[in-house]
Amino acid sequence: MHTDIPIDEGYLHMDLLRFTTAGSVDDGKSTLIGRLLYDSKNTFEDQMDAVEATSKKRGDEHVNLALLTDGLRAEREQGITIDVAYRYFATPKRKFIIADTPGHIQYTRNMVTGASTANLAIILVDARLGVIEQTCRHAFIADLLRIRHVILAVNKMDLVDYSEKRFNEIVDEFKRFASRLDNIVDMVAIPISALHGDNVVDKSTNMDWYEGPTMLYHLETVYIGSDHNHVDARFPVQWVIRPHSDEYHDFRGYAGRVAGGVFRPGDEVVVQPSGFATKIKAIESFDGPQESAFAPLSCTITLEDEIDISRGDMITKPNNPPKKDQEIEAMICWFSESTQLTTNAKYYLRHTTKEVKAIVKDVRYKVNINTLHKIEDDKTFRLNEIGRISLRTSAPLLYDSYRRNRATGSFILIDSQTNETVAAGMIL
Amino acid sequence: MDEERTSYQVNHLAQLESEAIFILRETAAQFERPALLFSGGKDSIVMAHLARKAFFPARLPFPLLHVDTGHNFQETLDYRDQYVADLRAELVVAYVQDSIDQGRVQEEKGPFASRNALQTVTLLDAIEANKYDACLGGGRRDEEKARAKERFFSHRDDFGQWDPKNQRPELWNLFNGRKHHGEHFRVFPLSNWTEMDVWQYIKAEKIPLPSLYFSHQRDVVHRSGAMLAISDVVTAQPGERVETNAVVRFRTIGDMTCTGAVYSEAADMDTIIYEVATARQTERGTRADDKRSETAMEDRKKEGYF
Repeated sequence: MHTDIPIDEGYLHMDLLRFTTAGSVDDGKSTLIGRLLYDSKNTFEDQMDAVEATSKKRGDEHVNLALLTDGLRAEREQGITIDVAYRYFATPKRKFIIADTPGHIQYTRNMVTGASTANLAIILVDARLGVIEQTCRHAFIADLLRIRHVILAVNKMDLVDYSEKRFNEIVDEFKRFASRLDNIVDMVAIPISALHGDNVVDKSTNMDWYEGPTMLYHLETVYIGSDHNHVDARFPVQWVIRPHSDEYHDFRGYAGRVAGGVFRPGDEVVVQPSGFATKIKAIESFDGPQESAFAPLSCTITLEDEIDISRGDMITKPNNPPKKDQEIEAMICWFSESTQLTTNAKYYLRHTTKEVKAIVKDVRYKVNINTLHKIEDDKTFRLNEIGRISLRTSAPLLYDSYRRNRATGSFILIDSQTNETVAAGMIL
Repeated sequence: MDEERTSYQVNHLAQLESEAIFILRETAAQFERPALLFSGGKDSIVMAHLARKAFFPARLPFPLLHVDTGHNFQETLDYRDQYVADLRAELVVAYVQDSIDQGRVQEEKGPFASRNALQTVTLLDAIEANKYDACLGGGRRDEEKARAKERFFSHRDDFGQWDPKNQRPELWNLFNGRKHHGEHFRVFPLSNWTEMDVWQYIKAEKIPLPSLYFSHQRDVVHRSGAMLAISDVVTAQPGERVETNAVVRFRTIGDMTCTGAVYSEAADMDTIIYEVATARQTERGTRADDKRSETAMEDRKKEGYF
């Protein structure tokens, strides 16, 4: 890469932003990502050579930057994106991970997947078409997955004569819809032309009326704060470390990734579900004892008392326990093409580091994700459908609402016959 | 409050490290017989280092598995043995030569023969013989376009094959390692790392590397756009340009028949990081095995390649 990245210690300490992109089939999403990579100087010569050669072979008018994001053979042949692809780029200010998800209607599940780890979503709109059904669907999913920052990218401004009026119409229309979504706290609309590069990395000379940031500038500077919960102490035990060596004869460490709150040596803790209380002896690591551990860090905790603790248990603090219940209410997105979800169906449910069995007690409703209307007369979930269900689990889950904590409020359902992941769930 | 929040900011390397350690522990927890694929290349070295951190102060709960083509650089093997001793880890070596001797694979003939493709059979045989149900690999999504679609937990059918159109969705921190008898998983804890992240991490963690990664002099032959080290298994053919004492280093390390060198005077970490930041070719641009066709990697992965 021929970027002007400073090589100093500071560069070892950069911020990481994960974002997802959503657009309909011809909104120019791949071109936008290609443009971001190319104009921010994150492409390589051999990649560009391959792209130029393919563009020429296909008879494209321009060097088709969309080809930079093409992956599998089927995609190149059919000119489509079939799955979530992850892209990486960096500027001197930040590192970025893009979850590149296709916008086609049958791929809702891919967008849900990409959104589950994203801090920000770029929702693309074709300036000629404005806000369409799929735009609403993308905004709804971003909200459902609790993405707080959204960029509305109004693309193909070159095809509407870079019209300010048209841009404002689209933004107003989007805001009318988005006002019904409450997890999105920060929305920025940017008029762009991914094809020509207007307002993607470089400021457009065609839209003097637009005074906001370019897309890259916004991505580099948007304050993400912390998407992690640093209030409710939650440490799902992932693995018990017992060295059985002379040096560490009695060592018993609980390894895991902090899912919420802050842990320090000396802290009083309660181990769930047993309810035993003890204190943290140390937070161990290969680099020596640590003063604290907080989300999303992985660490190893030792305790003052010997308590029987295994994978799936959770170390928490007194006075702020997680919810503990076998009756769960959740929103789900159905992922399976071959099976449908119905009342009384049984699945494996994987939540934090725990796996239990779960039975569907009731389908409360499904959501028409284009109108946000509830559907109450159809109790069967098919591929890409979203709605609310109630579940009963074989053992209590230790959880928080998804809205409060993504790590302790999310689960997946696994088909016990095929082992496929068939649903993503967000606990209410 | 704001001030306190700021102190909980985690830089990109710490985030990537935490994620990789989570995946390594998840692999140990969800599978009965995992193994860590170790080639002596920088990605697998970083993997072994992360595994050491993940299970400290215990030893690794799984062996390192090296698929030895018999065409390795001696420096790689020396490094491997030293590193394994330092880790006090168990090393299992599967030899491509054995697969050839057993008639499991046909060795390519001619001066351009490579054992790279044969590794797949040796690897799959080793997985079956040792009943490994998960192989941890150092693959990264930024390496190659087919890998951009790869999962952390990558399901393989009972033929060891990857089906890119039928992958399990991965959300949040939840990884589904359930499988039927005979199936196995490839697990890629470094999925979200870039080449730059790997180098920065090696620097930050002061991880020793094989000398091949640093600038040195060696005799090379120019072949199909790549620059290969001349050795017992790579000899110059008539008409090929040979360069003696070229000042080179390797950006990736694999089999000698397909790992290309680059001109470089970078002799320390800082210079290498600068070189990576300013490189105009992708890392695998030096790999002859990817040049066989535009979808070379995709085809090999479907067959069960690393």
